[in-house]
Amino acid sequence: MAEIKNSRIEVSDGALVPDQGEKSVFSAWRISFFGAIALLIILPLVNPDPYRSILLFIPDGIFKTFQVTVLSIIFALIIGLFTGLGRISRITIINRISTIYVEVVRGIPLLVQLFYIYYALGKVVQLPRLTSAVIAMSFCYGAYLGEIFRAGLQAIPKGQMEAALALGLSRSQAIRKIILPQTFKIIMPPVGNEFIALLKDSSLVSILAVADLLRRGREFASTSFQYFETYTIVALVYLVITLFLSKLVALMEKRMQQHER
Amino acid sequence: MSDKPIIHIENAIKNFGEVHALRGVNLDIAQGEVVLIIGPSGSGKSTLLRSVNRLETLSSGEILINDNSVTAADSDIRKIREEVGMVFQSFNLFPHLTAIENITMAPLTVKKITKKEAYENGLKLLARVGLSDKENAYPSQLSGGQQQRVAIARALAMNPEVILFDEPTSALDPEMIKEVLDVMLDLAKEGMTMIVVSHEMGFAKAAADRVIFMDEGNIIEEGTPESIFSSPKEERTIRFLEHIL
Repeated sequence: MAEIKNSRIEVSDGALVPDQGEKSVFSAWRISFFGAIALLIILPLVNPDPYRSILLFIPDGIFKTFQVTVLSIIFALIIGLFTGLGRISRITIINRISTIYVEVVRGIPLLVQLFYIYYALGKVVQLPRLTSAVIAMSFCYGAYLGEIFRAGLQAIPKGQMEAALALGLSRSQAIRKIILPQTFKIIMPPVGNEFIALLKDSSLVSILAVADLLRRGREFASTSFQYFETYTIVALVYLVITLFLSKLVALMEKRMQQHER
Repeated sequence: MSDKPIIHIENAIKNFGEVHALRGVNLDIAQGEVVLIIGPSGSGKSTLLRSVNRLETLSSGEILINDNSVTAADSDIRKIREEVGMVFQSFNLFPHLTAIENITMAPLTVKKITKKEAYENGLKLLARVGLSDKENAYPSQLSGGQQQRVAIARALAMNPEVILFDEPTSALDPEMIKEVLDVMLDLAKEGMTMIVVSHEMGFAKAAADRVIFMDEGNIIEEGTPESIFSSPKEERTIRFLEHIL
């Protein structure tokens, strides 16, 4: 399907997607990934105090980071799906609402949204910290994913909808059975990238005292005063996770390209 | 053939902004008739075809299929579309579904028949278009001619009374055109009502009851294939045929 191949969705930010052309053993990805892993192994061996203690202290935070990220991406996908459908809707009011949502949310920094939902709206309903964090992240990324869904939906050739309608399907049946399954497939790589971007941005929730990876590091550093050592480990752990995930996304992209043949 | 037309088109007008695609077309098509529409690009032939199942909405005029209005705002267009199959120039098979799934999707979704019934019927249709061995192939694994034959089987699966063909062989390599035309020829012989936008003279001579020449949104001339191709009367028809023959 030539039309689908040309409609690769643009990704503006997010992950370091490994360059497909770079095949050498010393590719940027390999140097960063294995370098980071090597440091995470060597530092505690050479200098057990404090590196070993730090490594034992932060796994709870890694778990929390993933918890926030996975919960947020699930809700963001649901919001994004409806936003994307709304953005291409022919019903003016739905179209307008989803467009306003995207514009507003994308125009406000995530950190401000976090503050707003926890502290400002906290005057009205005080939600738990984790809930606030997940709501803010879901709303923010829902808008970005909405744009990905919109691009994905628009990338499906018009003839697909026409063929479905000509067979007697309703528009909503056509969207569910014909358009969305194809959309999901082509948006997987950009959604993967958003997942990685969300994981990195989840470090912002530490500001609400959610005990994520960064927050755990801060707790350790503020009692031990070993800021350099602690944040080195925190940065390396983030790096290993995001590099690993970006490799997965790149593999997914590569497999999809092969499938199109 | 009965006297009452299965399709009745009256004063069909379609404007795309400033462009007048159809300028008042009148056309009746009888049960079992095979009608070929020819004409230069931009003559409105595809627009006319796509108006029959309301993929295009007319600016004014009326189209009736078995006395049911296609054009009325309150018509049950989905019900009518079940009766009217369509085959597209670019096949428009669903790439995420196998050949058999492409064929059974609409009967399962729209007619709500059982899986077993849809599957068995689907297999028969695949056999009918000569693709029994391609049941589980995805469209990307099929040649253009094979894809178009699956698309015809997909249209047949809804048991339509009419099939619209929108330049069904234009996107095909020359060696694949025949396999598609052969399937269409069989359909014509079985008495299917067909409206075909195409310049395939061979098919016209073998199967068409009537050839219609359109230009600039009007029907300029119509008649039997012999009369149109051998002794066209209108100046514009003659000029057009000189180009394509």
